[in-house]
Amino acid sequence: MSETHIRLPEGSIEKTTTTLNLGPTHPATHGVMQNILELDGERIVSTEQTIGYIHRAFEKIAERRPLYQITPLTDRLNYCSSPLNNMGWHLTCEKLLGVKTPKRVDYLRIIIMELARISDHLICNSIVGVDSGAYTGFLYVMQYRELIYEIYEEICGSRLTTNIGRIGGFERNFNDIAFQKIEKFLKEYPGVQREFENLFTRNRIFMERTIGAGPISAERALNYGFTGPNLRAAGVDYDVRTQNPYSSYEDFDFKVPVGTTGDCYDRFLVRNEEIWQSLSLVEQAYKKVKEFKGADAEVYHADVPEYYLPDKKDVYTKMEALIWHFKIIMGEIDMPVGEVYNSVEGANGEVGFYFVSDGGRTPYRLHFRRPCFIYYQAYEELTKGAMLSDAIIVMSSLNLIAGEMDA
Amino acid sequence: MARPVSYNINQKPLVSDISMAEMPEGHQGEGFFATSLDKVIGLARKNSIWPLPFATSCCGIEFMATMGAHYDLARFGSERVGFSPRQCDLLMVMGTIAKKMGPVVKQVYLQMAEPRWVIAVGACASSGGIFDTYSVLQGIDQVVPVDVYVPGCPPRPEAIIDGVMRIQDLVGKESLRRRGGEKYKALLESYGIQ
Amino acid sequence: MKVTEYSEEKLRASSQYKLLVSQLKARGSELNTMSLTNDYIKQKLTEKFGDQVTGFEEPYGMLTFEAPKEMNLKVLNFLNDDPELKFRFLTDLCGVHYPDNKGRELATVYHLHNLEDNVRIRFKVFTDINKPDDYTATGLFSAANWMERETYDFYGINFVGHPNLKRILNVDEMDYFPMRKEYPLEDQSRIDKDDEMFGRGGSLGFGTEKTDHGTLIESDKKNVGEEIV
Repeated sequence: MSETHIRLPEGSIEKTTTTLNLGPTHPATHGVMQNILELDGERIVSTEQTIGYIHRAFEKIAERRPLYQITPLTDRLNYCSSPLNNMGWHLTCEKLLGVKTPKRVDYLRIIIMELARISDHLICNSIVGVDSGAYTGFLYVMQYRELIYEIYEEICGSRLTTNIGRIGGFERNFNDIAFQKIEKFLKEYPGVQREFENLFTRNRIFMERTIGAGPISAERALNYGFTGPNLRAAGVDYDVRTQNPYSSYEDFDFKVPVGTTGDCYDRFLVRNEEIWQSLSLVEQAYKKVKEFKGADAEVYHADVPEYYLPDKKDVYTKMEALIWHFKIIMGEIDMPVGEVYNSVEGANGEVGFYFVSDGGRTPYRLHFRRPCFIYYQAYEELTKGAMLSDAIIVMSSLNLIAGEMDA
Repeated sequence: MARPVSYNINQKPLVSDISMAEMPEGHQGEGFFATSLDKVIGLARKNSIWPLPFATSCCGIEFMATMGAHYDLARFGSERVGFSPRQCDLLMVMGTIAKKMGPVVKQVYLQMAEPRWVIAVGACASSGGIFDTYSVLQGIDQVVPVDVYVPGCPPRPEAIIDGVMRIQDLVGKESLRRRGGEKYKALLESYGIQ
Repeated sequence: MKVTEYSEEKLRASSQYKLLVSQLKARGSELNTMSLTNDYIKQKLTEKFGDQVTGFEEPYGMLTFEAPKEMNLKVLNFLNDDPELKFRFLTDLCGVHYPDNKGRELATVYHLHNLEDNVRIRFKVFTDINKPDDYTATGLFSAANWMERETYDFYGINFVGHPNLKRILNVDEMDYFPMRKEYPLEDQSRIDKDDEMFGRGGSLGFGTEKTDHGTLIESDKKNVGEEIV
């Protein structure tokens, strides 16, 4: 082969590693991110990540939208558990505006948030199974995710990108059908979760695949800004629900599971255990909601007419309700000047909202602290020296959601 | 107070337990059935479409629900979803396509072999959706020719299945000479595809 | 490959998870001990840096202060190393553009968190838009790597010493910094939007310019009503 005919890139004959493009379109619906791997045979020498393939400029859009129109944007951050982001946004607005929600609203919010956390962990764990070759776990679990979607539908009308809740509460009271579905879920789901764990947790093939894949120590994880189940799998019990309790989490009793080595198996186990803890939280919150009787049982929002859209029948009959409706829709509400940072425990970690307000109808600056974006940086360190198949398993066990990475 | 439901309230009675698909027109005799070639090929193709799920964002999760057991896409012949464009017929673009991703969609489309169809699932793939910004491609029909658009944000799984059924209609009725004809060539030229 | 037998002990050592009962700590109980209040942090900062740290505020309970941009690493190192302050977790790093403060237009905002005592703090650094240089924090926090790239991508703040400062979310060929206030949100090269219903140009020109062709391109549209000619 003559050197004059074939043009080779600089240094490519001396190169001993293979370049493999784990491109933006890759199997299993992880979303779009690109990894360029340098491989020495089967071992990974280095990786380089490119993201931004679904950058939708949320932060710039948010500078042009009044508060209620930003809720649909927050849905689409971590779209597997959109109610968590919606609630986080409403809590941030309530902190800025100084709105206090009644207890029943807090308990209803906890039910919705924990159901969202269950549905996100279900996707992550079943996709770890799919990526290691076991498709059935995914199918068993999707049935019960459909039930969670039906519960959301009863309350807000939509399945996936829910836009649920308002500043101060919910848009309508939970009706009997919603409560029946929650009861059905609480009754039937534990059996399914046990079956799912039977398939994977002590399965030798799965354990061989995941134990030792992508470990990280607690100090490195903290330095990389990890939060959420990935950090807890490394051994640090940092959970925003226990450190800065919001929405009456302090009234509930739950444990925070923690792992030891931070590898894929630990992350899988931590997420499974968190599903059990979330189930117990939903049960406790459901019992507490059922204890409200009489007029208290009809409370589903705080009494803040300046920020909460009034009922339609009041808008058509009462004057003040009409005025408030007009002012809120047009965005002419009184916003204080200031800046606030609020965070909630999302399914992937601490979802933070940094809101700078200059008193106008739209935020001056709104920044989303997105956990996926921050911990994806550690991917290179997690896969150094690992085999190629570990690269896939690590990527799916980190639960990378592209919408949250690129915002 | 909830508004009363006004559509689909009278259940249509089932005529029989088994519903039969329609046969194409042709000449039947004892032991044989003669029809035109494109009808037979259309019937075979439309019931075994192999999709390529190009799932980028939220619509991809609704696609996962569509592939689940509740709304099963496999009963339409799409049991095997492939991720290699060389082996697939239908490119399902689900989710927002940013300008950074546009060349990738075009590249994947070019790698597919004829006959190929494209379905744009979701508002973002059809027209940019709620993201009218500097970084989002306002509809994938800026880069590839699209056959069916499924609106929704995200569309319900029933809507995605309806879109696939429309694609099945298109596939079944397509003439065998379409892909070599002048009109199709002009369409590809307008997208800059040779 | 030889398949190893997993005995119970090996399992317990390598992968069993421990359940730690985290006491639900309400705000104001043992965690936020008297030693680390906002006043104490402010006192320690002014002891160390004198009047170079200014602008102490407490919006919604979070201590906020600023320092000149040359000092940002010194302040971050002090907050990290001091055995009482222990702000060892970088929660967030973002930029804000204030076009009206001449000479201090671009702000870099660091949110730090002391995990053991559960205290958060916000630290701001301002730079001039004509020479937006800041020292990078990647030596101290590896989390700052991509967060600084994002801030560079959106605002153009140049982080001196960053290992790989290039655009991360936008297209590489983009030549402007989109989050700055002077740039619009929408793509300016579209001709297919008809905004007549929103009172902006369009084909019928209700109260704005009348056009004789179909639609106007985006950059020719004006929001203010003008006379129909």
